[in-house]
Amino acid sequence: MTAQDTAAAPVDVLVCVKRVPMVGGRVALTADGQDVDTRLSGFTVSPHEECAVEEAVRITERVGGTVTVLTLGPPEAAEQLRDLLALGAHRGVLLETDGREWGPIATAAAIAQAIRDLQPAAFPLILFGNEAADTGGYQVGIRVAHLLARPCATGIKRLELTGTVLRTGRERGTVHEVFELPLPAVVSVKEGINLPRYPSLPGRLRAKRAQITVLQPRWQAEGLRKTGLRVPATASRPAQLLGNGVAAVPELIRVLGELGLLPSAARPAAADPAAAGTGPRA
Amino acid sequence: MSVLCLLEADGAAVAPGSLRALSFAAAAAADHDVTAVLIGPGAETIASTEALGAELTGHGAAALCLVAADALSGYAPAAWARALQLLADDGDVTAVVAAATDRGSEVMAHLGAMTRLPVAANCVSAVPSAAGGWQLVRQRWAGSVLEDALLEAPLALLTVAADAVAMDPIEADATVADPIARSPRSADGGQAGPEPAETTLPVRRFTVRLEDADLLVSAVESAAEAGGTSLATARVVIGGGRGVGGPDGFAPLEELAGLLGGAVGVSRVVTSQGWRPHRQQVGQTGTKISPELYLACGISGAIQHMAGCLGARHIVAINTDPAAPIMSRADYAVIGDLAEIIPALVAAIRDSSD
Repeated sequence: MTAQDTAAAPVDVLVCVKRVPMVGGRVALTADGQDVDTRLSGFTVSPHEECAVEEAVRITERVGGTVTVLTLGPPEAAEQLRDLLALGAHRGVLLETDGREWGPIATAAAIAQAIRDLQPAAFPLILFGNEAADTGGYQVGIRVAHLLARPCATGIKRLELTGTVLRTGRERGTVHEVFELPLPAVVSVKEGINLPRYPSLPGRLRAKRAQITVLQPRWQAEGLRKTGLRVPATASRPAQLLGNGVAAVPELIRVLGELGLLPSAARPAAADPAAAGTGPRA
Repeated sequence: MSVLCLLEADGAAVAPGSLRALSFAAAAAADHDVTAVLIGPGAETIASTEALGAELTGHGAAALCLVAADALSGYAPAAWARALQLLADDGDVTAVVAAATDRGSEVMAHLGAMTRLPVAANCVSAVPSAAGGWQLVRQRWAGSVLEDALLEAPLALLTVAADAVAMDPIEADATVADPIARSPRSADGGQAGPEPAETTLPVRRFTVRLEDADLLVSAVESAAEAGGTSLATARVVIGGGRGVGGPDGFAPLEELAGLLGGAVGVSRVVTSQGWRPHRQQVGQTGTKISPELYLACGISGAIQHMAGCLGARHIVAINTDPAAPIMSRADYAVIGDLAEIIPALVAAIRDSSD
């Protein structure tokens, strides 16, 4: 982070986020199989999006400007905006829905319209998380970029602002890919671009009092329609217990040997990988 | 009627994910032909590979299309999308398919934005429905949940989840012994018809005219520094989670990984605490692994983590909590403290190799 943001003027950054259920060890569905059951879970935003907000806050800390966080969701999504205001964002915008699911086309149209309505010339930089944790559509940012006739880059893990040029990067196997974009631009970032901070107490207090702008976009149907959700019947079965504590080490060695994974000299004489009973996972 | 499948290069070969996408496209296309598509200057090099025709035919391709454009030097997401759009407009194409990689996903999203059509991301199956649309199954939560969906669009745009299709070539009745049939470059561009049917994979060349805006963002590539064993391709991954206790607890895991020629992977809590760098994270927002063995130490097994381990052949969990979710996802379990077990395992492996 040495040569970043040289000679950059203050920049107003818009970060678009999505409220998603906080899912832990297992995911439960509603009785009608249409949604994730959220009666017992909290809500959050995707890790990629948390990093997008952190990146925006860091940029404005270096070069000045403001961070606006925007979400499309039910009235309760204001919670997520306040969580992000506590991390250093300055303004919140809620595109309020009646709670039903919006597809990527409708979402992008509503966001692009909101950007035009709010401040037509503003937000030289618009950040997204690369994909939402739940639907994983990988496209709202790109659709917004097209609607606003802006260049965009996605999957980004390095971002450097030089004057009016953004230098963004990501990895592809063993290859670095660098994309340069003129501002105004749209960038989707991935977790790993930074390590987000924890909210401060003053940040929380400021977030609690912050005014959130609420707009009401219009839902539209699109050609891809969810008919139901299900949890795949992947191996949800008890593991075979090899033992307790260090007493299980010989069994671990046996399994490693059966899989042919021990360094050659360490292979137990009896273990023949081809004849082993250690079958692959179902 | 035909289906297009975008191929990505991996060095001078076609990327494995693209071959999976090709198999997926062939299954979805049913009675229709699948045309594999290579875009850009690198396409000719890959197409000159001796075994390519057999490989593509084996994965269900009926033809190969090489797309060129004057101004296109490297990878440019919007330009690749434009090329696919023009190619789809040029023939009776019902679907465009790509692997759900960074490139595949963003090219398809650009194509969706250009055509104002939906993109169904991370599909695991696609079947033409009686009503003229598509019945899809796609991943949500990186594969922890499956969505059944209906897609109605004049052109179906689909990306294929990484673990949707097995790598085995489909049953190929075509002749696969010969290399690709060569065809002359078309003189006027964009009008080259398919070559006469031969026993080999027909190659078509298609030249597109791009707008400046399509070329505004393009990749400059450079080699990354060579690291240790790559997490994504390691045969053994030693996983460490919250149970490792702190940044100092990873030395035995590193040692074990070194002994077994594997790599260390960690859960999200480990990277968000700053104990280890993000490039070691396994999961939905980190690296997806596909080792022979994943030895998960002190990892509870949140769905976001397990989404990164769907490709693991065997999972062994070491955990103090017999009720941790990972205990119902692992093949084998050891109940106990990893700080005692891992050093003992390392010592036992060293002893037996002396």
